[in-house]
Amino acid sequence: MAEKKIRVLVAKPGLDGHDRGAKVIARALRDAGMEVIYTGLRQTPEMIAEAALQEDVDAVGLSILSGAHMALVPRVMELLRANGQDKVKVFLGGIIPDEDVITLQKLGVTGIYGPGSPTQKIIDDIRNSVAALA
Amino acid sequence: MLQTSVLEGDRLALARLLTEIEADSEAGRSALNDLFKHTGNAHLIGVTGAPGTGKSSLVNQLALHYRKPPNGEAPRSVAIVAVDPSSPFTGGAVLGDRIRMRELSGDAGVFIRSMATRGSLGGLATATIGIVQALDAAGFEIIFVETVGAGQSEVEIAKLAHTTLVVDVPGLGDDVQAIKAGILEIADVLVLNKADRPGVEAAERALRGMLKLGHPTKRAFNHHGRPTVTESSDAELAVGDEWIPPIRRTMATDGKGIVELAAAIAGHKAHMEKTGGWQLRERARLQGEVEDLLSSELMSRWRSGLDDKDFQKILDQLVTRSISPGQAVTKLLKENSQ
Repeated sequence: MAEKKIRVLVAKPGLDGHDRGAKVIARALRDAGMEVIYTGLRQTPEMIAEAALQEDVDAVGLSILSGAHMALVPRVMELLRANGQDKVKVFLGGIIPDEDVITLQKLGVTGIYGPGSPTQKIIDDIRNSVAALA
Repeated sequence: MLQTSVLEGDRLALARLLTEIEADSEAGRSALNDLFKHTGNAHLIGVTGAPGTGKSSLVNQLALHYRKPPNGEAPRSVAIVAVDPSSPFTGGAVLGDRIRMRELSGDAGVFIRSMATRGSLGGLATATIGIVQALDAAGFEIIFVETVGAGQSEVEIAKLAHTTLVVDVPGLGDDVQAIKAGILEIADVLVLNKADRPGVEAAERALRGMLKLGHPTKRAFNHHGRPTVTESSDAELAVGDEWIPPIRRTMATDGKGIVELAAAIAGHKAHMEKTGGWQLRERARLQGEVEDLLSSELMSRWRSGLDDKDFQKILDQLVTRSISPGQAVTKLLKENSQ
């Protein structure tokens, strides 16, 4: 029997076009043996939740540099739950002020990463949180 | 059970079932057994071609076309299976075909699933057949299977699909590329994408030349006994019982040529149904599937009955060149059957 692969959706919601970070993460997760579904720029929360459902992912990674994270992230979480995907772990990367970090963690975001975060830490966090589900 | 919910149209259950099938789990296998009687209704369209020829963009445009047919036909539900390569070193993958399919988002009549090859060659993943069957059973009327960026011999798709589109673009090589065996031979419809690019005339000439060489006699004699004019594109459609692949120019970024391409696909389906080719392909397809399953099952049974120490001993003899691989197989089969 083939092993179960970790599948991660990497998406950039909102309107900023800075996708370097998302691509670096996609590549790092690939090198860690995960299957990354990369959806590209300017995704709405609805598009992200729909893709997460069709692809049956274990985790969703969002990259937001526009400052709109307090509008976008709660909406993504809400839609994932509405679709029955409440076990899907959500990770967030970008420029996120400390007070927002606390609010978003309370909302259920599993990991939040600012500039300079080691990719190995993100990989480990995804692995551990997905393994905790199994 | 997942399969019951899938038949009722539950999309989350479908997504989860596809994961089980990909993992080749017991649940996935038994669901496929239950669902098989509900399959056989979809038109399976394979899309293959070199990396960067625009396969995903074309699938996107064709899917939009089937969702909103311009000629007043009823919209048809569409599933898309997009395959991208796994890394041979880490097993990881970046699956990026959805990037070109954002316009299909928010439509409940569309279901897109990305999959990684997971070590399988030939342009598809081992589980692709199972994934397609589940989508077929779930009631999708058109199922696109987009292969990895294919080179010259990734021809597995032709065994799976009813209609295979081979996508080419201007400037990929001279006319010798067009007469080599392999991928061009499996085309039911040839798509010349990025047709606004320079060199499109030469590319079409090369493809057309290849088709003429491939079907010389049929073209010259079967059309009411007189030689047919081969330059007009409509004369390329069915001549007698032989399907001659039409060439369609497209620009997938803005949808030019898509209506004509969809008509060629419909033409191929109609031709297959008329000549019995559809049934033949179904039969060959199922035969191939059973043979693949059988060989992997036999292989795993044989391996489980084999003592690994014996296997390693024979490998040692191979390494020192004291026996050949052929002799090793004879030896292994003999020892295992005792």
